[in-house]
Amino acid sequence: MIEVKNVYYTYPSGVEALKDISLTIRDGEFIAIMGQNGAGKTTLIKHFNGLLKSTKGEVLIDGINTKKKSVAELARNVGFVFQNPDSQLFSETVEEEVAFALKNFGLKDTMLKKRITWALELLGLTEYRKTSPFMLSGGERKRVALASVLAWNPEVVVMDEPTIGQDHQQKEKLRQFIIQLNTQGKTVVVVTHDVEFVADCAPRVILMAEGKIIKDGLGKEVLTDVDCLDQASIVLPQITEVFIELEDFGLPRNVIDLYEAKEILLRRLDEK
Amino acid sequence: MSVFDGLKFRRVSSPIHLLDPRIKFFYVCSVFVSAIIFWELLPLIILFLVQIPFVLSARVQKEWVRSLRGAAFLAAFIFSTNIVFRFISAGQPTLQDVEYASAMTLRFVVLVESFSIFFLTTSPDHLGLALEKSHIPYEFCFAFTTAVRFVPVLADEAQTIMDAQKARGLELEKGNFIKRIRNYIPILIPLIISAIRRSLELAEAMESRAWGAIEKRTNLYILKMGRNDYLLIMISILILIISVYTRFHVTVPVFSSFFL
Repeated sequence: MIEVKNVYYTYPSGVEALKDISLTIRDGEFIAIMGQNGAGKTTLIKHFNGLLKSTKGEVLIDGINTKKKSVAELARNVGFVFQNPDSQLFSETVEEEVAFALKNFGLKDTMLKKRITWALELLGLTEYRKTSPFMLSGGERKRVALASVLAWNPEVVVMDEPTIGQDHQQKEKLRQFIIQLNTQGKTVVVVTHDVEFVADCAPRVILMAEGKIIKDGLGKEVLTDVDCLDQASIVLPQITEVFIELEDFGLPRNVIDLYEAKEILLRRLDEK
Repeated sequence: MSVFDGLKFRRVSSPIHLLDPRIKFFYVCSVFVSAIIFWELLPLIILFLVQIPFVLSARVQKEWVRSLRGAAFLAAFIFSTNIVFRFISAGQPTLQDVEYASAMTLRFVVLVESFSIFFLTTSPDHLGLALEKSHIPYEFCFAFTTAVRFVPVLADEAQTIMDAQKARGLELEKGNFIKRIRNYIPILIPLIISAIRRSLELAEAMESRAWGAIEKRTNLYILKMGRNDYLLIMISILILIISVYTRFHVTVPVFSSFFL
């Protein structure tokens, strides 16, 4: 469980990035954090594994104050996948890249091998095992970065902008993958601008603007709140927009799911 | 690395910032030469004090103090080395030796002081312009200004990479000396690779904007000497003349001799 209690964070440059953030993330929850550029999303998630320590207030991971632990210690429970895979890849082969974190956490020999094989399989990277990560495409590098974090099987997986630079197929794979992780009981936190991606996943959505949480609730509630989305500089999901435009025909305003939308429309047509 | 903080340019508007960088460099050189030709304490103190009005009128005192504080360690090192060597070669250091060591230390501080004034008040663009005016090929000037401009970007990136590796369980401050150096490999490799990538991208971006298409370039900003520039030249020459004259024709008083 992640508890954020009245957290403020001011960067050394004097920019106040978080203002009185309070938030509880229960085990096994799937959360999308959305908001405009500079809203403080990345700053907030960097508190989850202690990369940043709040200037005021506290962050508890399973009851432990992050100020009392090093990032490496917290990372065992909270895996953090950075936005740009190039800020972490450095090994000669994909295999060694995945092994890096595992070795840092003290895994050896067969256990190490087993975990690497498992993680590579999970992300469809087995054929690249002996390839240099720098030879791979952008999307593949992103998957290597993800594999290198999932390999140690952290309880919480935090991803910063996982959909950027991915084509539709990769996004769909990622979505299924995230849902699979979540079904296995992992807590998943995703930071993203991609409203369609979030609408497809339908997690709990936290909307941020100017260092504050402006709305927190089910995807269905948050992604259909026109005013709040506008404040966070996010567009409506397309299907919601269509439904809101067609309100006069008696369509509901709070639809984000394509399947649900289809059912409603078919029913409408039948009635006519 | 707080010494370097004192060399980082911040955009402030002041008469010192507006001066021609070439003149400022000439001024720094004249202070440099004066500091080198004296080994007595008194003239070095004067040189140190002479520069304070510059710092104040440029309104960079905070950064300037920080750079001096950063230099304090090296200054202490110079002082103690002087004393220690004196002790080894001639036993108990006298008051005179202490004064000599202080003078050497102050000489270093004066050098740091003047260079810090120069870099604190000169924008990289201005500096590049000045280099160009000094008939250095434009390619070199451009490489120089670009390098200076990308230092903060690189620093930011190093921070992100460090965060990413820490998030994968890397502990930088763990282990013996060799281990600690090895800990930096996962930081350096991504940093170098991204620097190379960025330079290639920059090259492509420059070429697509017709870099080097015309032999003779024109500049948006042109350096022009103003009244203050001539004033600074005079001051610099004055400092040089007084220093050289004093060196050859005046016996510089030594403080410790008063006590003997």
